[in-house]
Amino acid sequence: MLSIKDLHASIEGKEILKGINLEVKPGEVHAIMGPNGSGKSTLASVLAGREDYTVDSGEITFNGKDLLELEADERAKEGVFLAFQYPIEIPGVTTTNFMKTALNKIREYKGLEPLDAVSFLGQMKEKMKLVEIDQSLLSRSLNEGFSGGEKKRNEIFQMAMLEPTLAVLDETDSGLDIDALRIVANGVNKLKNDDNATIVVTHYQRLLDYIVPDFVHVLFDGKIVKTGGKELAHQLEEKGYDWIKEEAGVA
Amino acid sequence: MSKLIKEDIDKFFIAQFESFENSLNGESKKPLHSKRKTAIDNFKEVGFPHAKHEEYKYSNVAKIFSKLFDVENLSDDSFSLSLDEAAKYFIPELNAIRLVFINGVLDSKLSDLDTLPKGVHIQAIKTAADDYADDFEKHFNTHKIEGADNFSELNTAFTNGGVFVKIDANAVVETPIACYYFNDAKNADVISQPRNLVIAEKNSQASLIESYVTLGENTSFTNAVTEIVIEDDCIFNYYKYQNESDQAIQVGATMVHQLGKSVFNGVTLSLNGAMLRNNLNIAIHKEHSETNMYGLYLLDGKTHVDNHTVVDHKVANCESNEMYKGILDGQSRGVFNGKIFVRQDAQKTNAFQSNRNVVLSDDAEVDTKPQLEIWADDVQCSHGATVGQLDLDQLFYLRARGIDKQTAKSMLLNAFASDVLSNIKIEAFRTLIENKINERL
Repeated sequence: MLSIKDLHASIEGKEILKGINLEVKPGEVHAIMGPNGSGKSTLASVLAGREDYTVDSGEITFNGKDLLELEADERAKEGVFLAFQYPIEIPGVTTTNFMKTALNKIREYKGLEPLDAVSFLGQMKEKMKLVEIDQSLLSRSLNEGFSGGEKKRNEIFQMAMLEPTLAVLDETDSGLDIDALRIVANGVNKLKNDDNATIVVTHYQRLLDYIVPDFVHVLFDGKIVKTGGKELAHQLEEKGYDWIKEEAGVA
Repeated sequence: MSKLIKEDIDKFFIAQFESFENSLNGESKKPLHSKRKTAIDNFKEVGFPHAKHEEYKYSNVAKIFSKLFDVENLSDDSFSLSLDEAAKYFIPELNAIRLVFINGVLDSKLSDLDTLPKGVHIQAIKTAADDYADDFEKHFNTHKIEGADNFSELNTAFTNGGVFVKIDANAVVETPIACYYFNDAKNADVISQPRNLVIAEKNSQASLIESYVTLGENTSFTNAVTEIVIEDDCIFNYYKYQNESDQAIQVGATMVHQLGKSVFNGVTLSLNGAMLRNNLNIAIHKEHSETNMYGLYLLDGKTHVDNHTVVDHKVANCESNEMYKGILDGQSRGVFNGKIFVRQDAQKTNAFQSNRNVVLSDDAEVDTKPQLEIWADDVQCSHGATVGQLDLDQLFYLRARGIDKQTAKSMLLNAFASDVLSNIKIEAFRTLIENKINERL
């Protein structure tokens, strides 16, 4: 589904990603872990098409398409979804209106008719339950005055509405208490199927107790320096990141 | 056409006044005319405001007047407008008491003067000066107000074609009064100087809309003054809508005298013109009054819009709120100057002001200046101004959900404008403005 080859990316002339290689197949959950500043969020942003980053070399193919050729909104229409580490507040735009616009833009791209009001509301209701989000929240301005947990739940709600084939969760666990974490993880798990894939970017292992990864990659200094199964996450939790640095021969 | 310097413009208007005066015959003995004469004398002292006047520093009306206006090619009074043609410029679906002005003169044939609701009196200002002599003596150009300038004097001098509106005590007028000002610039340049007096008697409620249209490709110069007198326990809503031609120069003063404990809500919407200068001058004379001023300017091309507002808190325990927002593209220019006076007696005043701007192009420009003059010591006043670009993080967030750049921009700008638009309480009017914004974005 997703194939990243020797990806180099920089921001304002500073190289952050220094040769990433990653293969993701349908049905898989990949966790990307690493210390602060290792490039985790950069990778997520580059996948979503954020223009602040420059891709210097390498390639990303997504379902046979050259992802780097696509604009951010085209990537979303192709099925890439980024759950933001810091969801943006947009005063004056309600979540409901936002989702309706997004959903219909994606449907238009796929050659589908726009969803009528009744089906849209039906779909909203169903997905709201998934993340236990309240209707009143969705009628308010997008993320404005939301708590940290509400913002993250709103991200997963949007993911549920848009049904992406590849979801990238950027530090979705940061700032969440254990109850909110369970709700968010539960939502993600329910959305999982054999045709879609998830990349979980996280600093801590805790989220991975709830969203169980098939692969764990350790990102350090812009490169994936170690890949393993879910037990690798536990090792990192116990021993920290230093042993990885030593093993990678860069400490 | 020859280029005019400021002195030429002064002479031109003084000569215009003389021929206007000669056409008045017996009327020149009436009290109204002595007010005109005082005004032209006042005008003569300084003449046409230009860039050296502090308040016109960023909006050199004299310069653009001399550039665009040809005083040797003035339109005559032969113009007439059919109702069908006028109707194209009416606010769609709006049920209103419609008043149509041609070159600043009320056209009784095109206006709804025969079917006025109970408690509403409307007639040409010239005849009203006789028929409502008491009201005129009390209220016409009698209340001194901060922010009045030489354009107001010029307008007063030419008082002739405007309208007099009186809302009787206790009348709740649900149908808004909509003034459509048509300037005929089809064959020649045109000057129009409508002068209106609106009196809202105690415990009445009414809404007034003013909309300006220039027909044709020639230049129009509008110098309008609307005085609004508000008595106790009134709620008065005022809307000004400017979607003018590229050759339209407009100076307009709305002078609001909140003589009684009252609520005034004003919304100013500016979309197009060569230079549009709006003076909104408000004086609060009685305690426990409330004043709300909202504005949106959505500009592109070379449109220049200048909003000068003055709120004069003369008494204690009043509240004023002001929020003006601008979206500027192309080579447009926006000027905002918000003055708040809090007099020594005006303790417990709450006065808030904000001016926010989004600049979409490299060539657009904004000048914004809040001015607070506070003599009282127990007050709450705040002001803020911002000039920025579209928020790239917000834009990316929308795009990351599949919304294309153009739609995302339009959503963000609509959201930016929404807290001004939500104050347009007349639905048909709000819909029109929303549609105009969507066309533009």
